[in-house]
Amino acid sequence: MSDPMRIRAQAQGDKTTVRVLVSHEMESGQRKDAAGKTVPAWFIQTINATWNGKTVMSAQWGTAVSKNPFVQFSFKGGKAGDKIVVNWVDNHGDKRSDEALVA
Amino acid sequence: MKSSLYGPAALAALTALALFPLSAAAQKSTAEGIAEYRAMLADGNPAELYEAKGELIWKQARGPKNASLEKCDLGKGPGVVKGTFVELPRFFADTRRVQDLESRLLTCMEQLQGFNAADIAKTSFGTGEQKTIESLVAYISGESRGMSFNLPQAHAQEKLMYEVGKKVFYLRGGPYDFSCASCHGEDNKRVRLQDLPNLTKEPGASTGFGAWPAYRVSSGDLWSMQRRLNDCYRQQRFPFPGYASDATIALGVYMGVNSKGGASTAPALKR
Amino acid sequence: MERREFLTSSSGATALALAAASGLVPAYAQNAPGWNKVAFDSKSFAEAAKTLGATSAPVESKELVLQAPEIAENGSVVRVGAQSSMANTTQIAFVVEKNPSALAALFDIPAGTDASVSTNIKMGQSSNVYALAKVGDKYFYAVKEVKVTLGGCGG
Repeated sequence: MSDPMRIRAQAQGDKTTVRVLVSHEMESGQRKDAAGKTVPAWFIQTINATWNGKTVMSAQWGTAVSKNPFVQFSFKGGKAGDKIVVNWVDNHGDKRSDEALVA
Repeated sequence: MKSSLYGPAALAALTALALFPLSAAAQKSTAEGIAEYRAMLADGNPAELYEAKGELIWKQARGPKNASLEKCDLGKGPGVVKGTFVELPRFFADTRRVQDLESRLLTCMEQLQGFNAADIAKTSFGTGEQKTIESLVAYISGESRGMSFNLPQAHAQEKLMYEVGKKVFYLRGGPYDFSCASCHGEDNKRVRLQDLPNLTKEPGASTGFGAWPAYRVSSGDLWSMQRRLNDCYRQQRFPFPGYASDATIALGVYMGVNSKGGASTAPALKR
Repeated sequence: MERREFLTSSSGATALALAAASGLVPAYAQNAPGWNKVAFDSKSFAEAAKTLGATSAPVESKELVLQAPEIAENGSVVRVGAQSSMANTTQIAFVVEKNPSALAALFDIPAGTDASVSTNIKMGQSSNVYALAKVGDKYFYAVKEVKVTLGGCGG
């Protein structure tokens, strides 16, 4: 079971800036464990964000995105109280969705 | 211009670094490069994930007694979290001991929730209830972020623990004839590219002591102060005095009192 | 899965994909819908650009700004950011030339979203880091060398 994301969305002028921290191992598939066996890759492959239902960020990630990923983006529009929803899917088929309100 | 990646915290970090003399002129560009690297990461510290989790755990009914930690007294009365971190370790009348944050959490987890504190103290870092403590210390320290260290020294036990901590800090031994002071007892020392804070006085004390717990980039985990001390002892090739032992608490008192007036940045982001 | 991906997969991956389709392997061998496996298998910047759709070599542009540190104290977390001031920028990718898988991340830029993103990536060693932007049907890049070093005891 995965832990919640931290989503901070701040409206300023005609723009909203969103910062997301995701709790995920992002195992690269390059690392070996203590027994010398390769630890299989386990990583988020797709992530997207919506603002009041409209897609404002959509990305594909590889194994090189850091553990506990961070992403920042901004879009035109948005005001305090608007809803931001972020979704991800990893290569185990695990998914998670969290939401936050624009401040 | 790279301003868009730098938040206020990052600028403060850059400014703070500029105030410290550099180890050698030849290192200047490298040190600046590393300062830039750290400043870029300052916004978006994964420690925030642990802070959020810790707040949930603090309020969650857990353990054999199915109780939350909301009645835990961290020094400012039951349930008060804000401001407690910058006054720890301190003397607690109920246990008749000077306790740091982690030993105090063990007390609360045992008394309020029915956990076995000795078992948790023996648990490896990063596993079982030690993971719970990682999140809790992130949350609790985060609630005092930016506040100045002001450890109480009124009680005789607190004064005694400061003197014990000082002795432990300067105690030389082990195969390398090392002490804490070998690395952290004077200004302008470094290991490879890492500047070492002088923990015997300000501003070094709060720069070092005041940054832990911290998110450790190299292991991708949140490290508590006890885990940090454990690693210091490992690098000195000393046996660790034991999780939440009086020796480690005394070291906390020594470093914490030396940090007086300096701001807490915990939970910070570290290499 | 997409037909193009099926045709260009290595034989091992194809076998795995067939096995996955027939339910013979657990879920973790499957990729998320919409994930461009071919692009993420790229071993170089040129290959990454090509697999993402560039039909000619990308052109260096001053209107694409890559933000990356000159020195990374630890290669497991390196903040990178890219900003394009070119109108109609629809994608921004980060590519690390010397990583085992060169393409690190690919961001679609929907209309209304700034062509400016940043994220944290891992670097196995010192390498050129590229930002690659898709503008209309053309590709532009910015590049910066990032040195990965080792710090001391842990701060």
